[in-house]
Amino acid sequence: MSRMLPYMLLLPATAFLCLFFLYPFSLVAIDSVTRDGVYSLENFQRMAGHWKFGSAFWNTMLLAAAVVPVQLVLALTMASIVSKLQTGRSTILYIFAIPLGISDLAAGLIWLSIFEQSGFLNSFLVGLGILDKPMLLLGYQTHWIIFLAIVLAEVWRATAIMMVILVAGMGLIPKEYGEAAQVFGATRWQRFYKVTLPMLKPSLQTALILRVILAFEVFAVVVALGGTQVPVLMSETYQWQFALQDRGVAAALAMVILGVSVAFTLLILRLLHVPKEARP
Amino acid sequence: MKNQTKLLSGLAAAMIALMAGPALAEPLFWSTQAKPVEESQKMRADVLSKFSGGVDYQASDEGPWRTRIDAELKAGKGTITVLGGLHGELSGLENNLVDLSAIDHVSIGDGLMQLGKLGTSEQKYIPWMQATYLMAADKKALQYLPQGADLNSLTYDQLIAWAKATAEATGGPKFGFPAGPKGLKHRFFQGFLLPSYTHSMVSNFRSAEAETAWNKFKELWQYTNPASTNYSFMQEPLLTGEVLIAFDHVARLADAFNKRPDDFVAFPAPAGPKGRAFMSVIAGVAIPKTAPDMEQAKALVSYMLKPETQVATLRATNFFPVVKTDLPADLPPSVKVSGPAITAMTEAKDALPTLLPMGLGDKGGQFNQVYVDTFERIILAGQDVKQVLNDQAEVLRSLMKDTKAPCWAPDAASDGPCPVN
Repeated sequence: MSRMLPYMLLLPATAFLCLFFLYPFSLVAIDSVTRDGVYSLENFQRMAGHWKFGSAFWNTMLLAAAVVPVQLVLALTMASIVSKLQTGRSTILYIFAIPLGISDLAAGLIWLSIFEQSGFLNSFLVGLGILDKPMLLLGYQTHWIIFLAIVLAEVWRATAIMMVILVAGMGLIPKEYGEAAQVFGATRWQRFYKVTLPMLKPSLQTALILRVILAFEVFAVVVALGGTQVPVLMSETYQWQFALQDRGVAAALAMVILGVSVAFTLLILRLLHVPKEARP
Repeated sequence: MKNQTKLLSGLAAAMIALMAGPALAEPLFWSTQAKPVEESQKMRADVLSKFSGGVDYQASDEGPWRTRIDAELKAGKGTITVLGGLHGELSGLENNLVDLSAIDHVSIGDGLMQLGKLGTSEQKYIPWMQATYLMAADKKALQYLPQGADLNSLTYDQLIAWAKATAEATGGPKFGFPAGPKGLKHRFFQGFLLPSYTHSMVSNFRSAEAETAWNKFKELWQYTNPASTNYSFMQEPLLTGEVLIAFDHVARLADAFNKRPDDFVAFPAPAGPKGRAFMSVIAGVAIPKTAPDMEQAKALVSYMLKPETQVATLRATNFFPVVKTDLPADLPPSVKVSGPAITAMTEAKDALPTLLPMGLGDKGGQFNQVYVDTFERIILAGQDVKQVLNDQAEVLRSLMKDTKAPCWAPDAASDGPCPVN
């Protein structure tokens, strides 16, 4: 009985995953390669043939490329600050983590109220006399501002999730390494670069995988700020499923997102690989 | 302690009964209309509250609306009692709708009833309400009207000249167009611009006349507020003054007329070489075969057609009645402003009525997307007009072939799928 107990305890979660994740996932996978009940690649052809697919794909990639590195640097900085603190550590941690508690659509709407034509930024600039009338920021002629607004919103919203993982990871690094480096005269920067960062690899791996996958799934923030003007893979999936009522092509797009996510997960796993004997 | 537990569980049971009780008895009215929260609330409070037993009115976007009814039909068992939707949304469901010819409909015009048959011999839906699209302008802009132009019989060229003069006089483009994600831009191309130049919505999609039409729109776009790609309802930018001349659905202009009735005018859509094309919007009510209580469903459909319900619906949604009825004098200003403009448009000498797409089944969204994509590529992305029309015509043709939809007005009737020349 006691040998079986761990498996019994795992059973509910496993059943839940199979029923609500694996089963629908296999349905979607089948949907993506069938059309009218026959196996075919037509869904993928239609998807790739649509004039917006290219820009949706590259927008998603560009967004991930712009957002994740900024978040990595910010999260490392924030985590270092939090780990060094003697007093008020949990208060600061809570404050840093506030955006995590807000849904991504709400986050998008907050930033929309800043960037709108009648939003806070415009009122502020007009109030200061820099502009004489509110200017259209999120228009089709200024895609780069929409893009920038999305990057800002994403950085604001989702940096904390990386930070939380990195704080936990920094807590696991034995103090002795840092102290030894200090005895040998390493500067703060050298200690961070040569001791903390390599020791942090496992947490970095987790944080980056999580964040990169989430970046490929970016949706609500983009829709709130850009409408249909900045297509991304996820918004195109939604469009094909609900507006165009074509489940096959939507499933094909979902498979592309899956493929990209898996590819980048493998890449990160490889780049940040820590050999077993080198783990603390 | 024991008593307390008993009391608590009793309370909990009572709460559950309270929450579940009325919801079970109320018939579900599953609709794509009156979607904005205020309108849905008015439908519940002012229109449907007098139906005995009450009605659970739920409105959603077309996609989820269709997904739920499809799921219920597939399961063979449902909770939806009555469906409300536009003509185009209901067409495609015809094999799963109950024949409603037994319902008293003497006060509805034959033309409208004919549409409700969806091309079958049975009455698949009963017309529920109707609307169209109009132009609206701030009275401040009237001074820039080109010489000799009559507001009630504008042409596209005059509209462009007017928008240009207004832009030059006010220091910025002031024409407004609902090109936002939820805006009804596709209806303008399908039912107004293209038919006015080509006398067609589908067949002449890539004709030389269509090219002219898009080039005209390109001209108009120069004097269009670039924020238009964010507008879904034109009433707001009209009220803020960001826009002085606009095109939209009557229900999406109503707020402007209601809030400042003395500041705005409504007028017919412009005319092109082939006439003054305009699109009529017909919404209908239907009963799916899976409705849980057929008697109650039919009673609800009859209730929707009562003159007092129709007037209440007009107040709630700004959609006009389909039954002949005397309108009371205390109607909101929007009705008084848009009523005469609609009459001027439908009864114009060069009137060219067009219909919402039909026979496309669940491909209505893809059909609209053809026009939206054409707009985004030609106007926003600045691609070559001829090239884009050729590309999109291919998409349109394969769509018509897939759905086998025959032509509808203004295209000439066809045997088999509507051709794209």
